[in-house]
Amino acid sequence: MEEKEHLQQLQEIRSLMERSTKFVSLSGLSGIVAGSIALIGAGIQYQYMEKAGRYATCLKVDREFIIFSAINFLSILILALVSAYYFTQRKAKKNHQSVWDSSSQRLMMNLATPLACGGLFCGVLYIYGVIGLIASCTLIFYGLALVTGSNFTLRDIRYLGFAQIALGFLAAIYIGLGLLFWALGFGVLHIVYGVVMYYKYDRNNG
Amino acid sequence: MKGIITNINKAFENRIRLGVMSVLMVNDWVDFSRLKELLEVTDGNLASHISALEKEEYIQVRKAFIGKKPNTSYAISKAGRKAFQEHINALENLIKARKQ
Repeated sequence: MEEKEHLQQLQEIRSLMERSTKFVSLSGLSGIVAGSIALIGAGIQYQYMEKAGRYATCLKVDREFIIFSAINFLSILILALVSAYYFTQRKAKKNHQSVWDSSSQRLMMNLATPLACGGLFCGVLYIYGVIGLIASCTLIFYGLALVTGSNFTLRDIRYLGFAQIALGFLAAIYIGLGLLFWALGFGVLHIVYGVVMYYKYDRNNG
Repeated sequence: MKGIITNINKAFENRIRLGVMSVLMVNDWVDFSRLKELLEVTDGNLASHISALEKEEYIQVRKAFIGKKPNTSYAISKAGRKAFQEHINALENLIKARKQ
């Protein structure tokens, strides 16, 4: 009879340790929306490059191309972040967890380091004119951020991270197809991840 | 197998005390309201168990002000960490011993 009690105690200890260190309110819906935004953005970029005949020789770069791409990708980034924040705080409210507590701060800190390095490194690539590797670079550093961050949130994003890193290296090998791999990673993978997470965690909680 | 029982720590028999210690094991400094939120208990209840742990010197207390509001945070002490680890080991051993 006591055994049950002891097992229960251990389970409670474990659950509290996890709940107090991990941010569990990441929403699957935000993955789906962010992925869709990335796909639309990649589509716009592709059309622009097609029209300008740049897809085959995408290393030929001029000022207009840079400005167009920068605005396009910055808008994708901002829209994706805003939607991720929106769905996450909605889920946090349902869980009675606050969006900005020590667990989410820890998660952000651990995501921020690899992401900031990735951003800076992309800047360096741009300065040297190695535009073709930027897609690969964003995928690899984003993947690293997810793998690190997975220690502080739902374990599952680790696999998303590994997949992004793998795509990043493929994008580096098939250098002309950077945009395609970028769309696969930030678009398709996010949507797949979002759907899986939604069915695994969110659906039952209404 | 004797002696195992003696490691079961009476101070941790209560669910709330066990909870406070679990949270403090894996976090640096945790404030009162966060503990309350995690353990889902009332102010008075939590306060009395915390002061019991304080008396045993299992936790450290830090009082500070955020603006004008007083804010109290807690961390585990060396003795607390050791005692809690022994308690968990004892629980594990008891379960293992039963299984044989």
